[in-house]
Amino acid sequence: MKPASFKYYAPESLEEALVLKAQYGDEARILAGGQSLIPAMNFRIMQPTILLDLNLLAELSYISSRDSAVLHIGAMTRLSEVEDDPLIADRVALLHEALPYIAHPQIRNRGTVGGNIAHADPAAELPVVALAMDSRFRVQSTNGTRWINSIDFFRGYFETAIGPSEILVEIEVPFHAANTGWAFLEVSRRSGDYAMAGIAALITLDNKHICRKARLVYLNLSDAPLEAKQSADMLVGETLSDELIKQVANKASEEEIMPMESLHATVNYQRHLACILTKRALELAYGRAMET
Amino acid sequence: MSDNHSIKLTINGEEYTSSVEARMLLSDFIRHELGLTGTHVGCEHGVCGACTVILNGRSVRSCLMFAVQAHGQQITTVEGMAAEATDLHPLQEAFREAHGLQCGFCTPGILMSLIPFLDDNPCPSEEEIRAAISGNLCRCTGYQNIVTAVKLYVERES
Repeated sequence: MKPASFKYYAPESLEEALVLKAQYGDEARILAGGQSLIPAMNFRIMQPTILLDLNLLAELSYISSRDSAVLHIGAMTRLSEVEDDPLIADRVALLHEALPYIAHPQIRNRGTVGGNIAHADPAAELPVVALAMDSRFRVQSTNGTRWINSIDFFRGYFETAIGPSEILVEIEVPFHAANTGWAFLEVSRRSGDYAMAGIAALITLDNKHICRKARLVYLNLSDAPLEAKQSADMLVGETLSDELIKQVANKASEEEIMPMESLHATVNYQRHLACILTKRALELAYGRAMET
Repeated sequence: MSDNHSIKLTINGEEYTSSVEARMLLSDFIRHELGLTGTHVGCEHGVCGACTVILNGRSVRSCLMFAVQAHGQQITTVEGMAAEATDLHPLQEAFREAHGLQCGFCTPGILMSLIPFLDDNPCPSEEEIRAAISGNLCRCTGYQNIVTAVKLYVERES
């Protein structure tokens, strides 16, 4: 099928884009990379009446380390640019590891960081990674700019805290702390498909190898990125052992995640995947934390 | 409600000017307006890779872009690979020799994925070749000869 008709605007400055967004509000959909929006329009699952194309806004495409503790990524930065960035590979390894799981190379050449985040698909990789890292998101409107913490940003299926007249313009990503190990894993039926389950794990150890901080965030195991806080807290103050990893994986997969059955995975199978992925991710992240 | 835009873009080194409705996909523009039917259309949701073209040096899905977005851009389609319409590019030659085309439906998309990939990585491993075409579905499930063709090309070029 072909998309339904719409009115197309391609503003040449962010200011112009914000004025249009203020004027049309929810009626105007943002067109970023279009790699999720355009398929939905081709199937007429979505029929927006107005599209605001941000692809001319070079000012929203950058990876900048103007601060020593955090990195700023412009919302229109292509996923493949993030994937190829040496600073991200070195200092935000969790993000680097998650990127190749996003669809296929051709999709990542066009898809954007902001689009992936703002689309808020519970099966998307970047929202999960962003929550695990405590990223912040900068949204802007003609009234000004505000930062939203990732914990407040994702509100359920395709729902975010972005207001009708606001545009997501920047993502703030903290560099990993010292002695931090990371792991991103997911299981999908074919390479590049939406995952049936996935996990982002971060573990920070002290110099006696005792866990000081742990984050476990799950992909497609709820209607939004889901953090297993109680399970992760079981690791804090402890030295990791096979027995502890097993307990954490059991608790997270049995008690904290909220999988919703799909055509390809029953709830029991998703819990099973979450349990296995948690064990593997913790072992991997712990090993990496010991090495750094 | 129709929303028309005039666009000017370069495809295979040739400049085209046209007026398009905003909702026209780049893939349909290339095939139906310009008659460049080498670009195939499969799934129209970005999964199969048949419609892959090269946009400013990077392979992208032409079914996941509107033609109006290609205004001012440089595009290469399979027709632009060889210097002359009657010639084959050495990669196409290798595909022919190694039987890398079975039915041929996925071939243009695969070639358009491989050209930028081989520019960046002229001596890829088999695993890297397979990852590069992981976003292209071969309905004949004949990846073996496709990979052999790429290896043959790489061997000849090195």
